[in-house]
Amino acid sequence: MLAYIVRRLLYALPILIGVNLITFALFFVVNTPDDMARMQLGVKRVTPEAIAKWKAERGYDKPLFINGSAAGVGVLTDTIFFDKSARMFAGDFGRAEDGRDIAREIRTRMGPSLAIALPTFVLGLLVTVSFALLLTFFRASYLDFWGVVLCVAMMSISGLFYIIGGQYLISKIWKLVPISGYGGGLDAWKFLILPMAIGVISGIGSSARWYRTIFIEEISRDYVRTARAKGLSEVTVLFRHVLRNAMIPILTGVVVVIPLLFMGSLLTESFFGIPGLGSYTIDAINAQDFAVVRAMVFIGSVLYIVGLILTDISYTFVDPRIRFN
Amino acid sequence: MTFLPVILWSDLLIWLLVLAAIVVGWLSTGNPLLRAAWQRVGRSRAGMASATVLVVFVAVGLLDSIHFRPRLESREGQAVAGQPSTAYAIEVLSLLDALLTPLRTRTEKTYSEPLATRAYAKEAIEVRDTDGRIRQTRDYPRLKHGGAHLGADEGRRDADVGQRLLAALALGVVAWWAVAAMTAAGLARADACSHREAWRRIWRNECDFAWNAVLAAMAALLLMLLPMAMLAADYHVFGTDKVGQDVLYQILKSVRTALVIGLVTTLVMLPLSILLGVLAGYCRGWVDDVIQYLYTTLSSIPGVLLIAAAVLMMQVLIDTHPQWFETAAERADLRLLALCFILGVTSWTGLCRLLRGETLKLRELEYIQAAQAFAVSDLRIIARHILPNLMHIVIIALVMDFSSLVLAEAVLSYVGIGVDPTMISFGTMINNARMELAREPMVWWSLAAAFVFMFTLVLAANLLADAVRDAFDPRLAGAA
Repeated sequence: MLAYIVRRLLYALPILIGVNLITFALFFVVNTPDDMARMQLGVKRVTPEAIAKWKAERGYDKPLFINGSAAGVGVLTDTIFFDKSARMFAGDFGRAEDGRDIAREIRTRMGPSLAIALPTFVLGLLVTVSFALLLTFFRASYLDFWGVVLCVAMMSISGLFYIIGGQYLISKIWKLVPISGYGGGLDAWKFLILPMAIGVISGIGSSARWYRTIFIEEISRDYVRTARAKGLSEVTVLFRHVLRNAMIPILTGVVVVIPLLFMGSLLTESFFGIPGLGSYTIDAINAQDFAVVRAMVFIGSVLYIVGLILTDISYTFVDPRIRFN
Repeated sequence: MTFLPVILWSDLLIWLLVLAAIVVGWLSTGNPLLRAAWQRVGRSRAGMASATVLVVFVAVGLLDSIHFRPRLESREGQAVAGQPSTAYAIEVLSLLDALLTPLRTRTEKTYSEPLATRAYAKEAIEVRDTDGRIRQTRDYPRLKHGGAHLGADEGRRDADVGQRLLAALALGVVAWWAVAAMTAAGLARADACSHREAWRRIWRNECDFAWNAVLAAMAALLLMLLPMAMLAADYHVFGTDKVGQDVLYQILKSVRTALVIGLVTTLVMLPLSILLGVLAGYCRGWVDDVIQYLYTTLSSIPGVLLIAAAVLMMQVLIDTHPQWFETAAERADLRLLALCFILGVTSWTGLCRLLRGETLKLRELEYIQAAQAFAVSDLRIIARHILPNLMHIVIIALVMDFSSLVLAEAVLSYVGIGVDPTMISFGTMINNARMELAREPMVWWSLAAAFVFMFTLVLAANLLADAVRDAFDPRLAGAA
């Protein structure tokens, strides 16, 4: 088991290096640091000196890959690539445009992001799986038909409208919870409950339909017929047999996103003014803060790869065939 | 010439896609399996009803994809010797713009409610009193164009609107009846039966094509579109936005942006995923390893972030090279295309993985091994024996992606990494309208109109995608 995990980790390393190279190419090769300086400084203040100063402040004045003028190891380490990209592996993301340390910012913003993403995820999974099971139980009936119609209609609505509609109805008309904001401690629930509810509802459409397809496919298998022939009730068949076997395809899609919960949700956080990583990313995109976007891309891919490894490990728990191979 | 044709890159690609669709349609009539699948799509009622709705959207989008620059009216004495005497407007218009000239040019000062005759906000206006003196009051000013034909008799608005609705209803019934009668007549001739029998077959859905669904969808469309057209002549059907532009006009313009995003992106995605997927599956060995590494790496960067990074960099590129673009429309167009390109490059991995798996499975089958034993070249095997058997996956992926891309555009535009802010799209419309919900009284019409039309488009695309998937997926087709 340990050997398996180590092998998976080693396999992840080249992928991370690839991600790093892609982001580096995007940020420094497609556009030179000079272009970025011009963009950041604005049209009026562009002078060669200003550009040189801007680059020097951020350490962008070094050569890209190989520094011929440096001595010893400095040939490789005193470059933009080493400074900006290779150091990310050590968790050093440099500073944002406003001078703050990005790594520190990420640590403080992770809390609010998780506070909203984790409950939304767990609750959403519960609600969608139960809804899909309900539709499967009443399959080929009017309830099933209209349930699927509802799912298709719900997945045709843009996520933006769920948020705008929810905020308008709950916060503005009924004034049940504040429109946006965030508070620490126990008071946080009234800021969190609306984004959570909206997150759950907006996810129902596509996932419930997908899970229903999996359940329906599973229910036509031979073992289900055998279970029914044994005289088990339909509910027992669904929960003890179908649900368990359907877990394998469901896990593929679900476990991957668990580590990504740290990143928070871009839309939800910016609409509700939650100081998490999602709104941090959006602010960085709007302010064209390249260092922060680069850091987020890197962290996002690390988390995704962790998710892939977790998926493989979780398979060994649900599927004995994989465990014994 | 009174106009100068302008071919934007996205126009070219859109028409290329239309051509490709025609060629694919023609080719699939020769392939019995594909033809049977398309016939199954034709029998699906939900699929055909949504296809009818989509045809309207596509027609609007295509009309909006023929661009030109009108000639400027040259004034006497302005022509300078040595310079060309004809000058063309810097503004690029489309055929749709030309058709909708009244909608496009009749702008108000600012917001106005749907079908309103007066503006949304009070302002100081001068009123001439009965004794001839001019007095300043604060009131809702009369709109310049909304209900202008009523003159001072604003109270007649409701009656006028009702009259137009009735006229539209009558016209709709007549038009629908004509179309339905023509369909029945055509069917009666094709099946060599009486008209009565043809009507009955359409009604009972006993034909090989879901005519009743098409006719029902058409009835719904006529009921929606004719009143809109009737009212749009003299009112702002969906009100006006902050700068006084008609919301209906913006909606119609958004359709093209959505179609370009949904369709051109697949044009970028398809060659990449088909080529690499088939190569990886067929060649195996190190080729497979390299391609697998490539798509695992790309797909491990969260989509939105990769798109954000790429779009940011593209913005820098566009902003630092203003000399590349002659008109603002060209710049916005190129940005739209770049967005499609980025979306395509970030989203080919899923389809590629599917195609690789399927190719791996196919190449172990006996008929491929037989072909290899007959020394048929690899290229020929791929072209004749593997690609046709992958087509159903490609077609399913194409229609399934469309709706998610349209939805993604709105989100990306909100985040600030979508289309050019000057380009009208559902995303920019929602983004502009979002802030106005806080106003008192609320400005709801932009948002509601964008919601209704986007929902209709995506729902129709989703339903058609379902019909296509049910018809093309061999596992599902066997069960049906």
